[in-house]
Amino acid sequence: MKKGIFVLLMGLAVALAMGAAAYGRSEAFKENIYDPGTLKPRDSVLNLKVGEAAPDFMLPAVSGGKVSLSQFREKKNVVLSFVPAAWTPVCSDQWPGYNIVKDLFDQHDAVLLGITVDNIPTLFSWTRQMGNLWFPVLSDFWPHGAVSKSYGVLRSDGVSERALFVIDKKGILRYIDVHDINERPRLEALVKALEELDRKP
Amino acid sequence: MKRLVFFALGSWLCFVNVHSKAMAEGPPKTGESLPSITLPIPEVAAERQYLGLSETKTFKISEIKSRVVIIEIFSMYCPYCQREAPVVNSLYRKIAANPLWKDHIKVIGIGAGNSPFEVDIFKKKYDIPFPLFPDMDFIVHKAFGDVRTPYFIAVQLEENGVVRVIFSELGGLGEVDAFLNLILKRAGINQGVEK
Repeated sequence: MKKGIFVLLMGLAVALAMGAAAYGRSEAFKENIYDPGTLKPRDSVLNLKVGEAAPDFMLPAVSGGKVSLSQFREKKNVVLSFVPAAWTPVCSDQWPGYNIVKDLFDQHDAVLLGITVDNIPTLFSWTRQMGNLWFPVLSDFWPHGAVSKSYGVLRSDGVSERALFVIDKKGILRYIDVHDINERPRLEALVKALEELDRKP
Repeated sequence: MKRLVFFALGSWLCFVNVHSKAMAEGPPKTGESLPSITLPIPEVAAERQYLGLSETKTFKISEIKSRVVIIEIFSMYCPYCQREAPVVNSLYRKIAANPLWKDHIKVIGIGAGNSPFEVDIFKKKYDIPFPLFPDMDFIVHKAFGDVRTPYFIAVQLEENGVVRVIFSELGGLGEVDAFLNLILKRAGINQGVEK
């Protein structure tokens, strides 16, 4: 009987999770957002831990040129925001929020780098709908998803997880959130992680 | 086998419950009554006073002391809502500055999927003078038919307690005076401007 109750509770939990897939959608993107439906929350194996060195990379930016992680060494803390794909519901309503809180990043001497596996033309069209972004948007398109893979956040279908990495000025990972792909991470969790940077590791 | 049946039954019961109660067919339509929603009482006394609410924990739209309430469904993550914020502020200020209107039309915002922290960020960033409420778990958003943002609903509070929708549209307000005149006309409020 106990097993039966356990199974019943599991069933309830699954159904609640199905019903919980909700997100806001900005009219800024009109009818152009593709809805992939509810996806497996996580589909990769993280191979990094807090306290380890963050893998360096160099990726092309939508605004031109290339950006590397190591260029910020000893100068800035870095937040990496991986989002799965351009023109999808939750991703389209994540970076525009970061776009109005530059001061929160500045307070903690941090820069934000947005990364997806989309190519530059796609990212260009998509991010233009968000207004002028103050942070670089980088394309991990080719070799496909190589940086996402090096961080252990490349999913089996070739898109990345929805993940946040906070890296200090020494290049050390201080916070990792590989989030449920169907949900937007709360801003306060990231702000708390930035506040933690001010403390010694 | 029994376990499977149990599992399926549990899932189905819960799914039906979540969807039949919370999911609306679509946005509230003009002429219909607004789905009943519950919001937390504002912490700021001036905002409670603006809405004519006492210090309880929660309230319903019908308890606001006003003839008309304009509700904006927004998100701090929505670029359109960010661009629209000064327009909505201007609407609020026009109403607040007119003695014929200020006691009869109130403006509130509901942050779809936004936490109190996120709503507060939006409020400070755009210096929003009217009350904003978090809708962290999309409960209001679902009750209003999963609308895209920004979405504006104006309701008339009738004496019999019915909250009647008099405006319900997706997108920006457009020209503030034209929008305001439409609401005044539909609510039967004096459109004259007193100095």
